Amino acid sequence: MNSGSNLQKILEAGHFAFTGELGPPRGANAETVRKKAEFLKGMVDSVNITDNQTAMVRMSSWAASLIAIQEGLEPNYQMVCRDRNRLAMQADILGAYAHGIRNILCLSGDHQQFGDHPQCKGVFDIDSIQLIGMVKKMRDEGKFLGGADIDTPPKMFIGAAANPFADPFEWRVYRLAKKIAAGADFIQTQCIYNMEKMRKWVKQANDMGLTEKVYILAGITPMKSIGMARYMKSKVPGMDVPNEVIKRLQGVDKKKVADEGIKMACEQIEEFKEMKGVAGVHLMAIEWEHKVPEIAERAKVLPRPQVD
Amino acid sequence: MIVAERKPFEEIKAMVKDYSKVLTVGCGTCVAVCLAGGEKEVSILNAELKMTRKLDNSPIELGAITLERQCDMEFLDELEDTVGGYDALLSMACGAGIQFLAERYPEIPVLPAVNTTFIGVNKDVGWYEERCRGCGDCVLDRTAGICPVTMCAKGLFNGPCGGTNQGNCEISNDQPCAWFMIYERLEKQGRLENITSIFPPADWRNQTPRTVIQPGYKERQKA
Repeated sequence: MNSGSNLQKILEAGHFAFTGELGPPRGANAETVRKKAEFLKGMVDSVNITDNQTAMVRMSSWAASLIAIQEGLEPNYQMVCRDRNRLAMQADILGAYAHGIRNILCLSGDHQQFGDHPQCKGVFDIDSIQLIGMVKKMRDEGKFLGGADIDTPPKMFIGAAANPFADPFEWRVYRLAKKIAAGADFIQTQCIYNMEKMRKWVKQANDMGLTEKVYILAGITPMKSIGMARYMKSKVPGMDVPNEVIKRLQGVDKKKVADEGIKMACEQIEEFKEMKGVAGVHLMAIEWEHKVPEIAERAKVLPRPQVD
Repeated sequence: MIVAERKPFEEIKAMVKDYSKVLTVGCGTCVAVCLAGGEKEVSILNAELKMTRKLDNSPIELGAITLERQCDMEFLDELEDTVGGYDALLSMACGAGIQFLAERYPEIPVLPAVNTTFIGVNKDVGWYEERCRGCGDCVLDRTAGICPVTMCAKGLFNGPCGGTNQGNCEISNDQPCAWFMIYERLEKQGRLENITSIFPPADWRNQTPRTVIQPGYKERQKA
């Protein structure tokens, strides 16, 4: 299957992929998207455009993806199951593809209770694994979920998320297997801080032969501050931040904490470059897009390869 | 059983403000068990309404009756001789009972005194928890007797999602993760293969009014 996705080309050529993230604005300001895009251009193979992340209303993911394309970036169009039923999802996938979007990341979505419209009706007509299967069916069979033929099927490169740290740990690799069986081509993981657990999870995936069927991109979010590390540890569900991470940040001069965070991220990236079963890194520099060039430089992932 | 909660008093008071003769109709089944709309609750509500209307210098005449079941025509017939004398009927049954009462006596306004909340269980006297959404396509055989539609905050069929937090749901540390529990129970039973295959998208054709017709009913109609 050739989606025409740059990310797919990079991965299939065996390069170590490097993807970024761009959160659309809380308003109709296209300039905000363009400004963030500027920092990412040439630095990443594809950029995730989040979909109402943390259940807060933002510019729609497909719309911000189109602006990203105009700015010379390749979007990885995120779609959550919380806000749309299968009709709206398939319609958006057709429209996104028609406009040149080639990657889609299929997610359940944070519960609506977290956001700015906790009164809303969570849709969850299908779940993330069923969404992966639906996109695959549209692509490979040229059929809608309901069974009817599609005139010009959308050939998406299909992504999914994995959280190796959420409970129960023993089940996580099986859920990864389910996502692959449903049709995921690539996986982006939750932010990784607990390297020991990550190594164990990747080993399980290797042992089960899963990494031969899917490209795993390890999720990296550099810590900006000790406060952020504490927040991630205690407040973000499914996040695993070992005490050593916080201790290491506490051990440096106050002004150097962010720098130390980037240094830790770079050390992780170096390890992932060598780790069997890991095909790349997904950098989620949340509201820190301007730091991406520096991080990419220090992580020695530049220049990004060109594959035709 | 069906669990309901009495509406806030002010809301009920506002609902009946234009009526001076109201019959409060309790239901002796589910809502009586969950202490929301049985005989005792009817008399408490009437006493409160009577008192407040008296203080407001707008007295109200209230009747009280509790039927065996408001979701059964046979029992609704019992009201036939009494309803004519009332301006409105204040039902304390579940939403089904309220509607059936309104259907049986369409010429009289029927008002709800309770909010019907869920199909649930009796954890203790006065403590009820939801367990079923009546989706119409039960999967409890595969999910170790734990309903993913009801007990998972996202209604996922292929959980647990990445928000599982030490066995709890991302929405609250007081809410256990349904899929964590499903995993644990299936593992203990040695039946994890139940959830290694993918659950296909659900058939949500439960959003139009549903009807159940038993074979016995069909046979009776034919005869």
